[in-house]
Amino acid sequence: MAFDEEMDEFKVVGTRPDRPDGIDKVTGRARFGADATAPGMLHAVIIRSPHAHARIVRIDASKAEAAHGVKAVVTRADFADGLEGENWNILENLMAGERALYDGHAVAAIAATSSLAARDAARLVEVEYEVLPHVTDVDEAMQEAAPVIREGAADGSVPAGMHPNVVRCHDSGHGDPEEGFAEADLVIEERFTTEATHQGYIEPHACLGTLGPDGRGELWCCTQGHWNVQKVCAALLDVETSKLRVTASEIGGGFGGKTAVFIEPVALALSRKANRPVKLVMPRADVFRATGPTASTSMDVKIGMKKDGTITGASGVFRCQGGAFPGAPMEFTAMCAFAPYALKHVRQVGYDVMTNRPKQAAYRAPGSPMAAFAVESVIDELCNRLGLDPIDVRLKNASREGTKASFGPSWDRIGLVETLEAAKEHPHFSAPLAEGAGRGISCGFWFNHAGETAVQLALSEDGTVQLSVGTPDIGGSRASMCMMAAEELGIPYEDVRTTIADTATLGYNEISHGSRVTYASGLATIEAARDTVKKLCKRAADKWGIDAEAVEWRDGCAIPSGPNAGDFDPMPIKEIAGRMGQTGGPIVGHFEATPEGAGVSFATHIVDAEVDRETGATTVTRYTVVQDAGKAIHPSYVEGQYQGGAAQGIGWALNEEYIYDEDGRLLNAGFLDYRIPVASDLPMIDTVIVEVPNPGHPYGVRGVGETSICPPLAAIANAVSNAAGVRMQDLPMRPSRILEALKARS
Amino acid sequence: MRYHTPSSFEDASAIAAAATGVTRFLAGGTDVLVQLRSDLVTPDDLIDIKQIAGVRDITRRDDGSWRIGAAVSGAELAEHEALIAEWPGVVEALELIGSTQIQARCTLAGNLCNGSPAADSVPAMIAAGATVNVVGPEGTREIAVEDVPTGPGMTSLRPGEVVSAVNLPARGESGGDAYLRFIPRTEMDIAVVGAGVSLSRDGDTITAARVALGAVAPTVLLVEEAGAALVGSALDDMALAALAKAAEAACRPISDKRGTVEFRTHVAGVLARRAARIAYDRAGV
Ligand SMILES: Cc1cc2nc3c(=O)[nH]c(=O)nc-3n(C[C@H](O)[C@H](O)[C@H](O)COP(=O)(O)OP(=O)(O)OC[C@H]3O[C@@H](n4cnc5c(N)ncnc54)[C@H](O)[C@@H]3O)c2cc1C
Repeated sequence: MAFDEEMDEFKVVGTRPDRPDGIDKVTGRARFGADATAPGMLHAVIIRSPHAHARIVRIDASKAEAAHGVKAVVTRADFADGLEGENWNILENLMAGERALYDGHAVAAIAATSSLAARDAARLVEVEYEVLPHVTDVDEAMQEAAPVIREGAADGSVPAGMHPNVVRCHDSGHGDPEEGFAEADLVIEERFTTEATHQGYIEPHACLGTLGPDGRGELWCCTQGHWNVQKVCAALLDVETSKLRVTASEIGGGFGGKTAVFIEPVALALSRKANRPVKLVMPRADVFRATGPTASTSMDVKIGMKKDGTITGASGVFRCQGGAFPGAPMEFTAMCAFAPYALKHVRQVGYDVMTNRPKQAAYRAPGSPMAAFAVESVIDELCNRLGLDPIDVRLKNASREGTKASFGPSWDRIGLVETLEAAKEHPHFSAPLAEGAGRGISCGFWFNHAGETAVQLALSEDGTVQLSVGTPDIGGSRASMCMMAAEELGIPYEDVRTTIADTATLGYNEISHGSRVTYASGLATIEAARDTVKKLCKRAADKWGIDAEAVEWRDGCAIPSGPNAGDFDPMPIKEIAGRMGQTGGPIVGHFEATPEGAGVSFATHIVDAEVDRETGATTVTRYTVVQDAGKAIHPSYVEGQYQGGAAQGIGWALNEEYIYDEDGRLLNAGFLDYRIPVASDLPMIDTVIVEVPNPGHPYGVRGVGETSICPPLAAIANAVSNAAGVRMQDLPMRPSRILEALKARS
Repeated sequence: MRYHTPSSFEDASAIAAAATGVTRFLAGGTDVLVQLRSDLVTPDDLIDIKQIAGVRDITRRDDGSWRIGAAVSGAELAEHEALIAEWPGVVEALELIGSTQIQARCTLAGNLCNGSPAADSVPAMIAAGATVNVVGPEGTREIAVEDVPTGPGMTSLRPGEVVSAVNLPARGESGGDAYLRFIPRTEMDIAVVGAGVSLSRDGDTITAARVALGAVAPTVLLVEEAGAALVGSALDDMALAALAKAAEAACRPISDKRGTVEFRTHVAGVLARRAARIAYDRAGV
């Protein structure tokens, strides 16, 4: 296979150079969201509802406005009117209209000369509420008695007769699962639930915005996608998009949570009113209460299996709660659920359910980890009861190139089987288990995304290269971009500097989401470098007086393409760059497109866990991630993504959860009681990079950032269930829950 | 806010006694500053005790008892080998607090006077039979640690009273102590249950024992019945079962986001048994 062989000829790709932003980050020179200041800057505070659901009767800010240092107060009236669709949802979420829809919902904001003054003045804003009945649980929200969050929010996909809180429905599959179940030797159907978890990025949302009376503005913010911020701010403030320039700061974690807009339009609205720059930094409690956690779910999964391990049929109902707005990722939950398996009979149904909780936001492979938890738990139970090997069963049923996916299309070239085989061969899978420990296996799937992308590559006079991309670097992508440019141009990695350009500098770039950056910005970088090479060859051809087609580019030099082209010494990039002013002007390569062909990615995880039977505490003792990367540009950062997904999955599976009291107030809006794992909670997470090249990328790259969080919930639950001898069907598997399950069994 | 740096406990006490608003002493500040930052408590007078001579001294008296200055940090305690040899349970309890950064500041006195029922070093101190020296407007007094907390965030210290040192009794021959806590994570968490045990042995037989439990009642509890269940035994299964039963019986916890009544009560018995085993082994060497 020519494509696969090409893969072995890389010089830079596949090596592990230091990341270009590393020194800035370890020395504190890197500038994050809250690190910006401006002369005359004001500090903003957002006032939030203490109620889960309430009518806003009256907001009286007169005392606050009169307070020392206060320069502006804004409410919903200070934003654009008449918005529709998702823009309306975003506005309604970041500044409540008639009703507060969840604990922490913004109702007003203040800008003052110091953050202390703003905080003091915030206490002077009088908000009168009429408290309304609320609901926070996904199953309760679907019951008849549940209060309606928003009348008429459902779209045409919802079957008649369902509660108005069910706002969208997905239904797909093929064959007839009932027929499949009839052929099975064993059918298992169980209900599973997962709680909402937060992305848990360490850096809170922060921005510094200026919007003048002339409608021109500047915005510095911490985001995964500044073109999206620009577009949303322009709509919500009713200004022209190009009059607002947005610059993305360094980012201290996003994981999907910083694809959404929560505070930037508020800072700009305050700035417009005060005619001063406004800085807004979210306190941690606000991050938990008012930015997007992921959906919580309730799921029923039914699978039939023959004694030889063949899955004969599968069906699932996936109910996802995404807060007080439509948008819970239930279609992804449904579509990912059975994706790893080639099934004759399969059906998946998803429901998007509204509750009085914050608007959910993307979190790494939105919706997929929960689906895997339910499906892979049932498969594990079937394997246990039929006495079958969990990897052999998965291999037997695995999706392969050409088989029909559970949600419709036929698979292109995919690497699921390769991950299962690598997992089977890994010493972890055959290592003896300690007494009382359990092992869990799970597969996971994510689509990956491409998206609108624009890149520019400019040559400097000394032959070094300035690469501008529009996708904020959330996982070491600048290193990978430098590497791909260096590979194409045949120059050292150190000779390329990659910058995340602002919105005024490049064409539209979609958000850094969908594991798209190394794929799409990478593809664009390669194409921009190839465009540059063409221009370089042309300059050499002109100098030599031969056709541009007769010049080739090799190892950073232009060379005649063969003996017939003429006999000239190689012309290095530095030489061409040094003379470019006299030979036709600046040399800049670029590429703009919406590529198609982001290859999907599969993974298989192996987990060992021990359970303390007296306290219910779980220790994850060994963890191995096996995942298809297509091609690992920088293997260390691919491994980092694998390990990060596993670490977040461990938190989600064991301890992380949104805890509400009976009044619908969030009880754990801080890192003390919202328990993300600390380093000592984790074993060293072993990684295996499988490379089944993606035909849709010049180097074979597949996105890797999200698939890694798909298998952990299931793999850990399987390990814990096997250790405890009791099937754990509700996440998180906090100690008290495990202890109760053990008690209930004995 | 007024910030004071008195050079004696008498001066510290006098400032506190004269103050009319919200007053806090500043030892490590790992509770005070967090409460200040999160708008929970904004003191009018903040009295730093770290400038007072001797506040960071650890002294072993001639009779084998110990005096630990009110500002000795967790990190300093954890490097004191002679103290670790005699009171490993007290040291490990303070060492559990926070991270490396917090360890550089947090103190036994601060942990006690903050009044949290979940304070980690307090069950260990109570099990050890520790006392505190208190300087107040009416002179000085010595109180048993178990008599200091009176409820969540409340202590028996009177206005103007300040703790100048923590005293640990002489360990004596064949004694051992231990502290264990249950948290859902391995670090950086608040005890859902804490258990401190200190005991003395004569051969295999336990001659004296004190058991204290944290996070299962409005204050840290000294559970005398639990200690009594061990005395006279060689820590056999019956004694351990009696210990667990006494520990469970003493629990008066609440159900909250960190744990239910049932879970806390059950785990109190489990941890008391486990801590007793460790203390017993330590007493044997
Ligand atoms: C990140 C983090 C993690 C933590 N982890 C834990 C943990 O695992 N377990 C735990 O128990 N605690 C924990 N804590 C809480 C805190 O660190 C401890 O309670 C610590 O022992 C307090 O000691 P300090 O010297 O810092 O007290 P300070 O904050 O200085 O004072 C605490 C209180 O005691 C009073 N006080 C201090 N000294 C005296 C004195 N000499 N006389 C009278 N009153 C006095 C003060 O007025 C104040 O009310 C943690 C805190 C943080 C920030």
